[in-house]
Amino acid sequence: MSYIQVNNLWKEFGQTPVLERINADIEQGAFVTLVGTSGCGKSTFLNMLLGITQPSRGEITLEDQPLKAEPDGERGIVFQRYSVFPHLNVRQNILIALEFSASPFLARLFGQAKNEALRKVDEIIERVGLSHAATRYPHELSGGMRQRLAIAQALIARPKVLLLDEPFGALDPGIRKDMHQLVKELWQQEKLTVFMVTHDLQEAFLLGTRLWVFDKVRHDPDDASVYGSRITYDLDLSTPQSAANADEFSGEIEQTIAQPVNTLPSS
Amino acid sequence: MRLINRQPSPPVKLLLGILPFVILFFVYVGASQQRLAENPNDKLLPDLTKMSTAMERLALEPSKRTGEYLFWQDTGSSLQRLALGVGISALMGLIIGLVNGAIPVVRANLSPLITAISLVPPMAILPILFIIFGLGEVSKVVLIIIGIAPFIMRDMQARTLEIPSEEIIKAQTLTANSWQIVIRVLLPQILPRLLDTVRLSLGAAWIFLIAAEAIASTDGLGYRIFLVRRYLSMDVILPYVLWITLLAFFIDWGLRIISQRMFPWYHSQKH
Ligand SMILES: Nc1ncnc2c1ncn2[C@@H]1O[C@H](COP(=O)(O)OP(=O)(O)OP(=O)(O)O)[C@@H](O)[C@H]1O
Ligand SMILES: [Mg+2]
Repeated sequence: MSYIQVNNLWKEFGQTPVLERINADIEQGAFVTLVGTSGCGKSTFLNMLLGITQPSRGEITLEDQPLKAEPDGERGIVFQRYSVFPHLNVRQNILIALEFSASPFLARLFGQAKNEALRKVDEIIERVGLSHAATRYPHELSGGMRQRLAIAQALIARPKVLLLDEPFGALDPGIRKDMHQLVKELWQQEKLTVFMVTHDLQEAFLLGTRLWVFDKVRHDPDDASVYGSRITYDLDLSTPQSAANADEFSGEIEQTIAQPVNTLPSS
Repeated sequence: MRLINRQPSPPVKLLLGILPFVILFFVYVGASQQRLAENPNDKLLPDLTKMSTAMERLALEPSKRTGEYLFWQDTGSSLQRLALGVGISALMGLIIGLVNGAIPVVRANLSPLITAISLVPPMAILPILFIIFGLGEVSKVVLIIIGIAPFIMRDMQARTLEIPSEEIIKAQTLTANSWQIVIRVLLPQILPRLLDTVRLSLGAAWIFLIAAEAIASTDGLGYRIFLVRRYLSMDVILPYVLWITLLAFFIDWGLRIISQRMFPWYHSQKH
């Protein structure tokens, strides 16, 4: 059986379907990038993986177990914003992850235990390149540094799956490149399974071992909201050969992404 | 340059800020002199000497009847009632507001009740308080609590709900349980907001304090003002009002400084 399975997944908000009949098998260690026009349901899909949104029909399994209906330590998340705690400095922001799991009642570590935890914290701070800013508060960090912190915080909890919802959407192009490198390195070292939503097709091709495009297959000429999105492209990027083959679709995909979801032409 | 873009330099700003006070002062002194020139026994606008003699008598000489320094006794009693009332309200507001904001089941249970209580005009139930708690200290403190605690609770609930859900989701992915989220994510972020809310509610707290003291008390700033009103003693009333204003100012200022010292991350976030 595959690592993660998506079985006939539907999601409706009230009467409005957003996703319909999503089926997929994801192997361990995959880096899945999700693209699609705004409002097509990418975040909704990620939120179902995370456990904060429940499917209307169908289910997702991780290692053959249905996903828990609330967030837990198996799935880490980095949002575009608000991922870190504003009242804690960089070190405390990461330390708190260890404190949560080690100290159920006080959620604090002391003495020897704390020193040991801090050694781990400083190690990961070093890996994400924040050593020089270890005692700064989030508001004293740049956007890129804040996302580095969010990633470090998610990783120290050792999740099986890492979910990224447009994590670099608010960053400058130059800083994005550094972040791509960082994420790629960490993904390889930690043997994580990653799902990343992005608006940047280049980024999707560059980072992913697998690229999904969400789009509507069926269209109602009068009302665009009658049908939900499905996975219209599922491209294998895991080998240089397959990536080169996939590249020929980039033009079509670029068009799909650029289209506003409500004005799609009827097919 | 447009008027909206013209910034006064620091000394000019200071001067502009002080000016209205100076004008007010001189207008008062002028008006007082004029009235006293017409009628030396006029009580409505006493001059500075009269006020300072009256205050000297209250602050520096022990009262003939009780042997107390009345001004300081009034100040101490009022501040104690205020501190108790506001302190208890803040604690209740923090705990109930935080739990309400954090736990939907509790919120569904308590929120309507708190909203209803906050709509009761506190002054209207003052007689009930006197009947239940007697005319002593308790009913005055309870009036302040009834007056401001529901407001603080509601505000704390709103502030808790304002914390981005991303942070709470993140904490759950870091394996935090509900209790851990409350004490490590929500509580520390709510404390500086509590100080803000307390500062806002102090004005109302003073109103309830003075009202309670005016109606049933044997000391306190509000009691004294209403007592000497019978003798038209403006020479006592005016300095007392000024003193209350000063106290209010310094309490507010002190809370602001405490907040800035304790929660620097909060204040630099707001810019
Ligand atoms: N809680 C909700 N209640 C009702 N409708 C919702 C809810 N969440 C999302 N939607 C709707 O579902 C659709 C998909 O939203 P979603 O956030 O998943 O889009 P997205 O692909 O992430 O878009 P973007 O690229 O702009 O982030 C949108 O039309 C949105 O209005
Ligand atoms: Mg989205």
